[in-house]
Amino acid sequence: MKRPHLLRLLAAAGRFLRRDKKAMAGSIILFVLLVITAFPSWFTPDDPAAEIYSPGMALSWAHPLGTTSFGQDVFSQLMAGTRQSVMIALVVGFLCTILSVAVGVTAAYSGGLVDDALSLVTDVILVIPTFPLIIVIAAYTKSASFWTIVFVLVVTGWSYGARQLRVQALSLRNRDYLLAARARGEASWYIISVELIPPMTSLIVANFLGAALYAVLAAAGLQFVGLGNVNTESWGTMLYWAQNNEALQAGLPLWALAPGIMIAVLGSALALLNYAFDEVSNPALRPVTTKRRKKAAA
Amino acid sequence: MTDAVLKVDKLSRFFRVGGFRSAGTLHATDEVSFEVAPGEIVALVGESGSGKSTIARVLAGLYPPTSGTITFEGEVQGKRTSRKVRGRMPMVFQDPFGSINPVLRVGHSLHRSLKLHRPELDQAGRDAEAVALVERVGLLPGAEVLRRYPHELSGGQRQRLGFAQALASRPSLILADEPVSMLDVSIRIGLLNVMKGLRDQEHVSLLYITHDLASARYVADRMIVLYAGRIVEEGTTEEVIAHPEHPYTRLLMATAPDPRLPLSHDTDVEDLGEPPKVINPGPGCRFAPRCPLAMDQCRISTPALVSLSATKRVACYAVEQS
Amino acid sequence: MTTPILEVRDLKVEYSTAAGPAEAVSGVSFDLAPGEFLAIVGESGCGKSTLLFSIAQLLTYPAETVGGSVKFDGVDLTTLSAEELRQRRWRDISVVMQSAMNALNPTLSIAAQLADACRAHTDWDDDKIAHRSAEVLNMVSIDVTHLKSFPFQLSGGMRQRAMIAMALLLEPKLIIMDEPTSALDVVAQRSLMRQVENLRRELGFAVLFVTHDMSVVSHFSDRLAVMYAGEIVELGPTREVFDRPRHPYSSGLMDAFPSIVGEMKELTGIAGNPPSLVNPPSGCLFAPRCQFATDECRQFRPELITVDGLAVRCHLVNPRVAK
Repeated sequence: MKRPHLLRLLAAAGRFLRRDKKAMAGSIILFVLLVITAFPSWFTPDDPAAEIYSPGMALSWAHPLGTTSFGQDVFSQLMAGTRQSVMIALVVGFLCTILSVAVGVTAAYSGGLVDDALSLVTDVILVIPTFPLIIVIAAYTKSASFWTIVFVLVVTGWSYGARQLRVQALSLRNRDYLLAARARGEASWYIISVELIPPMTSLIVANFLGAALYAVLAAAGLQFVGLGNVNTESWGTMLYWAQNNEALQAGLPLWALAPGIMIAVLGSALALLNYAFDEVSNPALRPVTTKRRKKAAA
Repeated sequence: MTDAVLKVDKLSRFFRVGGFRSAGTLHATDEVSFEVAPGEIVALVGESGSGKSTIARVLAGLYPPTSGTITFEGEVQGKRTSRKVRGRMPMVFQDPFGSINPVLRVGHSLHRSLKLHRPELDQAGRDAEAVALVERVGLLPGAEVLRRYPHELSGGQRQRLGFAQALASRPSLILADEPVSMLDVSIRIGLLNVMKGLRDQEHVSLLYITHDLASARYVADRMIVLYAGRIVEEGTTEEVIAHPEHPYTRLLMATAPDPRLPLSHDTDVEDLGEPPKVINPGPGCRFAPRCPLAMDQCRISTPALVSLSATKRVACYAVEQS
Repeated sequence: MTTPILEVRDLKVEYSTAAGPAEAVSGVSFDLAPGEFLAIVGESGCGKSTLLFSIAQLLTYPAETVGGSVKFDGVDLTTLSAEELRQRRWRDISVVMQSAMNALNPTLSIAAQLADACRAHTDWDDDKIAHRSAEVLNMVSIDVTHLKSFPFQLSGGMRQRAMIAMALLLEPKLIIMDEPTSALDVVAQRSLMRQVENLRRELGFAVLFVTHDMSVVSHFSDRLAVMYAGEIVELGPTREVFDRPRHPYSSGLMDAFPSIVGEMKELTGIAGNPPSLVNPPSGCLFAPRCQFATDECRQFRPELITVDGLAVRCHLVNPRVAK
């Protein structure tokens, strides 16, 4: 009889995306990147690692973005690198959000000592300067695999969202409908998951997008300074190699610019969707679309 | 009284207020005792600070009492309210816009109540019962209404839903916390009639919490007047309305807006309507600062509720002496 | 015949909504004499607050005044520029809002807010401001020591009286009040209304008072206007409208009040819901809910016609003259 809340939300999201241009643009870009992530072989004419071409070639049909100093096709590398960057964004975004929701909402709903303890932990991590911490952890772990980077980013990135969600949960906590749920005898875990979290969905989604954005930029930064695995394909490692081989001075600007632009494109897609979701969760920001009646002659 | 559904004995609920330096105790409800019989509507009447909502929330199991006993259907209640009691004594909230979850369909809470409190019903039974319940409170067609979202219902319809939901668990007593205060005047009557119907046809008792004497008169069998956390007067509705004894009750009667009454220039009410302060109250009657009949005794000790007849009780030294 | 202090003619206000424009106020006209107390009564969504804000020229997008005129002391306010309006605000017309807690700045003391209002509209020096502030607080029975208090330190009733004090600062000729008593308890409500009444008799300002609960104004207003779906359906002397309501909506409304005195009888209220303002019915807006509605009612929109000082918008009361 009832469609679950999630399906209803997706349907509403669909209608909403069609109406809002920012959301439309953001989703199209994201969709394209997701396709590339899923099927990179469709887009890579050559093996990205193969150093088979003449190094330092300029643009041509065969090599739309030229080749690297090692003779690799830049375009293939770019496409292949999409997967890692997008995956990091999504996985870190997802894990950060789960952690933020768990900590923030529990703190707000429990109150008292539990709230004090969780808030203390959140605030301490929030205050620690993120990037230096990332570098320290990444250097310490030494393995620099995909999951290491994910771990590092999640540990440093969840606290901002936890704070936001805690505040929103606090404001919802004393709404009568939550008291009504308690009064009819519902268990706490039920109240939190079914009555408290669903009205917070817009903020949670916005958090996800924000965390994903943060992950893209932070991961690229890590890889750029060489703390990622420099032998894998990703935009950040492309930047690393381009930098190390002085691509700009060597007349191979695209090698450095292309990954940078892709990072910006993914970041923009997430930011556009984030703006759009801000409008969903805060009706005051919504543009009022009106149908003007033709003014009758006075 | 035999077989009272609810017996409240010296119920108190205090709250700690203020920070470290100005810590105090707010006496929201102070030693309140009353009973509710089966199939009876009792009105708890009072203004802000009277403690009426606190009493309802303690009874609904949202706060534990600081002291006192609650006996419901013959069983003394412990600190934690059992699920069974929550079902037998449910609450209807004041705010039609805040008391329903905005992102879930309207039938959701009704189905949950049925699931939690009516284990004898299977899915089909619950569906049928849900439709019957909403139609009982005047929302038709039931099946269609249950599929709507809260923003698609008007304030009056939402409050009716509140009553349907309270009925789902087969209650013997419904706690109605100002259920019509936030509704338009012409809609209130519909809800008040639903309440009367529940008493007359389903024999459900109601504890009707309100600040409006006129609506209390319309539905209630008995009235309890509260001031600053204490009961000041109690009696049958007609007794209290026709012969108010306590000076506060008289003040309420004199100031209650009623277009059919001439403006009572003779009482010439000077009272500014300042709510009482019940933080760390001292001894003495709490109405004394505003009372035209206050005597020395009133400021020294608190008057106890004295029975003036089988049904009438008043807590006032001035009334006792006359 | 004294010149009315306020002449509203054919005022129309529209709200832009996703479904099209909604006519919240449709062609409201009335006069207000100097020193007169006019109460506008209606339920949620009838347009009374919108009407009030339109008169005070305080509407913002998505609401817009799209027709009609509002003449204050002969000057049409709808034609004035923002600067010209600003010079009139608070001197000629002041406003008391519904919830003092929302209208008063929680971070400023009462004295600071009164001074703020004075400085915005006059060039008084500090001494005069202090003197006048104390004067207006006395008028509303607030102890002068509260000048230093912050809004949260005052009770609800006191805050509302502070709002009225602020409204009196520049001795306006008209005070507009939007449900100032709805957040107050019964005793505080009566006290506030009494205060307003005493001040009005003493200082002679006119009052435009909007409320959904007509029993609050029944003993204080000179005339009563009943609003439904953006139109005035009845307007006349308060006692007259109360004791003998002519319009079916007004009489339904009067009947919906349980009373403290008198016999107890079964009351029914008014069935149905107010009409859509985006797609209003043709013909009388109340016809869908009216037990006396005829075909004529459903076809033709009735005009507000005044007979013997009582205006009613109903075909049954003032039959249409077929052309």
